[in-house]
Amino acid sequence: MADAWRMKLTGRTILVLVFGFLYLPIAVLVLLSFNDSGLPTTWSGFSLRWYVSLAGNSDILHAAWNTLVVAIFATLIATVLGTMLAIGMETRKRKSTALEALAFAPMVIPDIVLAVALLTLFSRLNVTMGLSTIVVSHVIFDLAFVCSVVRARLKNFDFSIVEASRDLGASSLTTFWRITFPVLLPAIIAGALLAFTLSVDEFIIAFFTSGAGRSSITLPMQIYSMIRFGVTPEINALATIVMGVSAAALLVSQWLNKEQMTR
Amino acid sequence: MSSQTARSNLMALPAVAWLGLFMVVPCLIILAYAFLTRGLYGGIEYTLTAENFQRVVDPLYAKIFLTSVRIAGLATLLAILIAYPAAYAICLAPKRTQPLLLFFAVLPFWSNYLIRTYAWIVLLNREGLINNLLRWFGYEGEPLALLYSEGAVITGLVYNYLPFVILAIYSSLSRLNGELIEASRDLGAGRVRTFFRVTLPLTMPGVAAGGVFVFVLSIGNFVTPALLGGGRFQMIGNLVYDQFLTANDWPFGAALGMVLIAVMIGLLLLQARASSRFSGETQGAANG
Amino acid sequence: MKTSVKLRLVGLAATAMVLSAGTVLSADLVISNWAGYMAPDIADTFKAATGLTIEVVNHATNEEIMGKLMAGQGKGYDVVFVSSPFAHILNGQGLLEPLGVEKVPNLKNLYPQATKLAFDPGNTYAVPYAWGTTGLCYRSDLVEGTPDSWSYLLNPPEALKGKITMLSTDRWLMAAGLLYKGYSVNEKDPAKIEEAKTALIEAKKSLLAYDDTTFYSKLVSGEASLVQAWDGWCNYGIAENDKIKFVVPKEGSDLWIDTMVVMKNSEHKEAALKFLDYILEPKNHAWAASNIFYEVPNKPAMESLDPELIKKYPTMGVSPETLVKYEELQDLGEAQRDYSRAVSEIKAAN
Repeated sequence: MADAWRMKLTGRTILVLVFGFLYLPIAVLVLLSFNDSGLPTTWSGFSLRWYVSLAGNSDILHAAWNTLVVAIFATLIATVLGTMLAIGMETRKRKSTALEALAFAPMVIPDIVLAVALLTLFSRLNVTMGLSTIVVSHVIFDLAFVCSVVRARLKNFDFSIVEASRDLGASSLTTFWRITFPVLLPAIIAGALLAFTLSVDEFIIAFFTSGAGRSSITLPMQIYSMIRFGVTPEINALATIVMGVSAAALLVSQWLNKEQMTR
Repeated sequence: MSSQTARSNLMALPAVAWLGLFMVVPCLIILAYAFLTRGLYGGIEYTLTAENFQRVVDPLYAKIFLTSVRIAGLATLLAILIAYPAAYAICLAPKRTQPLLLFFAVLPFWSNYLIRTYAWIVLLNREGLINNLLRWFGYEGEPLALLYSEGAVITGLVYNYLPFVILAIYSSLSRLNGELIEASRDLGAGRVRTFFRVTLPLTMPGVAAGGVFVFVLSIGNFVTPALLGGGRFQMIGNLVYDQFLTANDWPFGAALGMVLIAVMIGLLLLQARASSRFSGETQGAANG
Repeated sequence: MKTSVKLRLVGLAATAMVLSAGTVLSADLVISNWAGYMAPDIADTFKAATGLTIEVVNHATNEEIMGKLMAGQGKGYDVVFVSSPFAHILNGQGLLEPLGVEKVPNLKNLYPQATKLAFDPGNTYAVPYAWGTTGLCYRSDLVEGTPDSWSYLLNPPEALKGKITMLSTDRWLMAAGLLYKGYSVNEKDPAKIEEAKTALIEAKKSLLAYDDTTFYSKLVSGEASLVQAWDGWCNYGIAENDKIKFVVPKEGSDLWIDTMVVMKNSEHKEAALKFLDYILEPKNHAWAASNIFYEVPNKPAMESLDPELIKKYPTMGVSPETLVKYEELQDLGEAQRDYSRAVSEIKAAN
């Protein structure tokens, strides 16, 4: 009993420390969104001016929307493809080194190489570039990360249950949904979160594969282009809002779920 | 071909097709560039040469590679050492709060890499928050030079990639069933022994996956070395970037990039073998 | 309930994607520039003046936009803002449309010096948008005397050690070393490049950081006392703290020129030329000078500036005669290889 208590206490302490580390710079970032000065690293007084100017900055808001669209689509496609690839690789009787190398490649290929390669290809094939080509490109590395997380969970997975289920006459699909999927779900969620986070922050590949128009600018592209004349705290204001709204949405949906369950 | 192999191949097919079409095919163009010559104004001249690969063999690039392996390696190690207990602690929380905790571990990273890095500068610089706090507590010496050091680069890398490791380790820890650990404890194995004999080997695939994430993302990072490292350090990914964009030497950039990809894939394959042997062997020992 | 919310979100996103795909190429002109380098209402005023619509997109660096233009043959872009060595390369690759005063009449507003620049005499493929030099930007309250030599950067007095930053972009980093050694910023002799490299590696020990994005902010916070800086960027520091000053070292410096170019693959060349001409109108060209404190090579535009502005930002009063005495950065050709390797070696040195 005392043992369980100690375990719980240690767990809590670790969580507080780690989350403290994760949120320390975020506290600074949020604080800077109220900074009167436009300099990214110097404090000069409280102000709401960056929130006001953000509201009128359609460029940034449009870019933020594009980023969300790209990340959602890339994550959806990559999660499905990556999970399937992981299952395919782990259920093989003989491991294929070529397949493994192929699954590692998107993680180790330098961004600039992939960016130049894709733009060269798209341009030679006269593909109209825009958000869709960014999605296509992001899926490449996203799926490798998803695959890697899901594979880790599949290691040591007892595939004899799957065979047993099939022997008992269940269809492959039923077996998948009833047996494999529930086991994989936490890894799939983790992989999707990973893919989404990577996609939201990706700059070089998006810049190269976005085509020329205004309509396909993503937030990182917008932010990096501000480096020369100053990244204004509007970006901090936007990040603050994004994080605040996401957190609120999740907490509300949790609360709603709980309400539903207790009813 | 057995029907199982056919089924496995079918599952892998969509991803393989995607990667083949959008990664392998365009990269073949880049691979071809590696055997061509840089034109007068950059660009490609169609004269065959192996010179670019000869230039890759240069002690300078080996040195840069080793430095980045060291920095990325340290970041990986630290990230795992922090992420493992964190993932463990998340698994100890009630089932319902676990997804919530994971979400809040990732949330900071939906802001933007650049402004997160600026926030670290505000914290660490000589006139920054940490130094001011120290002064407030009565510290009177020279302000600490926390920024523009290898330590600052590693801190930045660990920070930005920590949630990825937490996610990877969590997803392999959370399927560990408590009974196995109970059984080991009941059989008289101590807490430490149980951890190293049962828990760690079974979660090794997650640790390995998370470690690979930090390592590969760190090797290719250039914002953190530039801003937190004050540009005093260069990661190998940055070298390839410079050849393509700053030096405008695509053939050499291509050669350097291709060699880097080959070396990294080689390292990852070795790592995969080693970690599966580790988890396999110790597992065998635990069973036997 | 959860799934339906998700489905709705996906539907929304799908609609957005289809819609945004449909709006591609709706504008008459696509212009790529650094964010904040033109008047924010440029699209409206240009439309009012000419009836043409423009779409302004942004790039972060010369290097990135040039890579993109090379890999994609510049398709989709009409007008692009790049610095002179990059314009030179793009032209060398045959990606640029020929210009000249008969096509862009307002080129007559340029200072004569700006029509005879070594990289493009006669403005045959690039129109200068802004120009200036590189020097030392410093806190006059933290630095004793005037740091009027590159040796302050490469061989600093004890008090400045650890409080100095240098630019990290290869050409300007090398320029500091070459000028310190008394050589040209376009030096191609490997032995001299080697000398500059050695000096720069030595200087790394007394350096706080290489920085080409936030150095002025480091001066304002007092983290650094002396930084290698482009004149225009130093002015951002001056705007925050009037103790900050700018000096061009006595050994000389480089002349940088940001230009506007028209892509050969542009499908809207008429409109593109109109845009260049529009920017060259004194009232429009003066925007960059009075808002972001860069000198523009436009005579009537510069003459229209508020004298107070020049008092506050002395670099705004530097004459074109003085500016063109500095050396233009030129494309290095084969010697680029030696520069890149030298810079890699400097960055990798401990």
